Amino acid sequence: MDTLLAVRARGITKCFGDVVALDGVDLDVVRGQIHGLAGPNGAGKTTLLGLLLGLAVADSGRLEILGTPVRRALTVPEGVAGFVDGPGLYPSLTARQNLAALAALRGGDARSAGVDDVLDQVGLTDVADDQTRGFSLGMRQRLGLAAALLTKPRLLVLDEPSNGLDPAGKKHVHGVLTRLAADGTAVVLSSHRMDDLAALCSDVTIVATGRVVFSGPLSKLAAENRELDYRLATSDPRAARRLAADAAGIRIVDDAVTRHDTDALVVRALTPALDALVARLVHAGLALRELAPVVSPLEAAFLALTEPKEAGR
Amino acid sequence: MTTTLAHDTVVATRPVPVARGYRFELVKLVSQWRIRLLVLACWIAPALFVAAVGRQSTLPVDTLFGRWMLATGWAGPLVTLGFAGTWALPLLTSVVAGDVFASEDRLGTWRHLLVVVRSPRRIFAAKALASLTVLLLLVAGLACSGVVGGLLGVGDQPLVGLDGHLLTPGDAAAKVFLAWVCVLAPTLALAAIGLLGSVALGRSPMGLLLPAVVALGMQLVQMLPLPVAIRLALPGYAFIAWNGLFTSPAQLGPLLIGIVVSLVWTVIATALAYALFVRRDFTNAAYDGSGRRAVTAGALPLAGVFAVTVALVAATTGATGSGIERDKVQRSLATAFAHLYRMQTEQLNRPGVTEAQLKATATCDKGSIRVAAEGPGNDWRCVVSWHLPGVEAEGTAVYQLDVSPDGRFMADGDGPKEVNGYFLVRTPTGDAPNPLWQFDGNVELLRTAKE
Repeated sequence: MDTLLAVRARGITKCFGDVVALDGVDLDVVRGQIHGLAGPNGAGKTTLLGLLLGLAVADSGRLEILGTPVRRALTVPEGVAGFVDGPGLYPSLTARQNLAALAALRGGDARSAGVDDVLDQVGLTDVADDQTRGFSLGMRQRLGLAAALLTKPRLLVLDEPSNGLDPAGKKHVHGVLTRLAADGTAVVLSSHRMDDLAALCSDVTIVATGRVVFSGPLSKLAAENRELDYRLATSDPRAARRLAADAAGIRIVDDAVTRHDTDALVVRALTPALDALVARLVHAGLALRELAPVVSPLEAAFLALTEPKEAGR
Repeated sequence: MTTTLAHDTVVATRPVPVARGYRFELVKLVSQWRIRLLVLACWIAPALFVAAVGRQSTLPVDTLFGRWMLATGWAGPLVTLGFAGTWALPLLTSVVAGDVFASEDRLGTWRHLLVVVRSPRRIFAAKALASLTVLLLLVAGLACSGVVGGLLGVGDQPLVGLDGHLLTPGDAAAKVFLAWVCVLAPTLALAAIGLLGSVALGRSPMGLLLPAVVALGMQLVQMLPLPVAIRLALPGYAFIAWNGLFTSPAQLGPLLIGIVVSLVWTVIATALAYALFVRRDFTNAAYDGSGRRAVTAGALPLAGVFAVTVALVAATTGATGSGIERDKVQRSLATAFAHLYRMQTEQLNRPGVTEAQLKATATCDKGSIRVAAEGPGNDWRCVVSWHLPGVEAEGTAVYQLDVSPDGRFMADGDGPKEVNGYFLVRTPTGDAPNPLWQFDGNVELLRTAKE
């Protein structure tokens, strides 16, 4: 299948003094898709996003953006927009003036650049003439996204765009990003929140200590065969606990939740063992009232991939 | 198979033109309430001040031309200029040029700006030009406001120059304009130092204050009894040297040296700021500056420029002393006295007399007779002598002189009462200020052709 790549990075390495921020990173971002970038603090996400925006160049490796090799800072091709470390806004200007000034910088006027349209898209029409000095973090994020939209980007790079967003704001932002992707724009966004990535992204890359530890579809990440903790509530907790204790491949986890909630227990198991346990519970005449992962499969996968391995384990 | 995006659909990177960046920077500057306030203050405050002083009997006699503020509207903009050189312009350059780069550090907007503009060089040019524009607007406001206040409040009368000669309103207007143009040079030098501080020190408050601190340091140096070569090698000297425009002939030597030195500092400080800026690593969202880098890439090169300038000025002018010598003081005092005596003669409606007929001379001593009559101090004592046509006796008058290290002096009449010992003279139309009682003068620090 032919797929057009908006970003193709191979063996990207970037150091700051003695600190290796990125170590041989490969990244493919497909046009028309939202690609998530996850990783713990200091993993190198912002450095990687900075390279995509052209703010710096890699010490080694090869980076192509929209088909153009990037060898020097600030030489990424037209059509790349976004922000890292929060959007750049000028507090003495109103939201509309911020966008109009940006439009003028690019050689257009506010009307032809579609300032009102992008303000509407991110849900800031009501505060368009307020100074951004008083904007909340969520509003600033939305205005930053609006500023990026003004350029009609083909590659949109966003660093933690959901930070500080209320549910309505998140809905706006997610809607905008989904529409952009549907129109063929490649979106790369970083987030600490796997639920955000799950809601938006088709592919995800997880980095830890400057290296890629996973890259691929979210479904593949979620389906990785690993033990998860599940909260289990039944009509007869004692019988359920006894059956779980006897079941093969099931471990009962005595955690803070079950200590205070005697009706539920937490079990750790692979999916097949859990399926077998559910069948045994039903066969024993127990009503299954709740069965849910304590941590989402994506979150668990993220933690498993990024948490430092304990010695001797 | 996976392929990258087709090349023919990709548009190459085009940095934003400087003109657009310049407009963007102007919009940002003008949107700040403190800049708006400064513009308003510069265009209104001098006019109000000059007009208000014109309605009072107490005058700012410590400021050059302050004692003439009731006599002519052209004194007002010069008093404003004196104040501006000391306080207003250093502070204005601090607020405008000293903050133009640091504000992006404070707001964390560098990355955003770079992504949009894509050229640190163009960003630098746009910011430097925008801050220059705002500074010019502020300086123009100070000048125009002072002129308007003076002309409306007092009127378009002749101005008494620093050597006592009368300038017609037209001459006064031209010289006031020239004086304000001349102080643009040291203002530019301070603005360039502001850019350098703003780039080198980032969010640090020292970056913002640098022009004001440097200007204060240069003023302190001008107050010390140091060799003339050191004074002239500092860009701040041009804030004083415009005084030379108001003598006849004009003392252009120090003024031109001051302007050239200021422009050299402007170019070098701007070049240093530019070099620091384009080498900056923008991977950090905010930058608190590096004291070490500010010293090695900012202060040391400028100290080198200063040392070279001192050597050049000393070698070409031979001005290694204080520049204030007995002969110069005597000549300046006698010239000013002769001009002002003519003015007093006209006030008193006496028969006209020319400076050439008066043949005024002065004999000065400083402090103890065992000390050489040289250098600044308030212990100069002079006796001025003159002749009147048809009168055999020689007239004499005594003055105490307070001579500043920068060459400016204030002559205080010590009698006789009917010549210079009282602040009023009785004219046919009533009492009027006595021009010979106290007056300002100027000693040219460099050697003149006459010497």
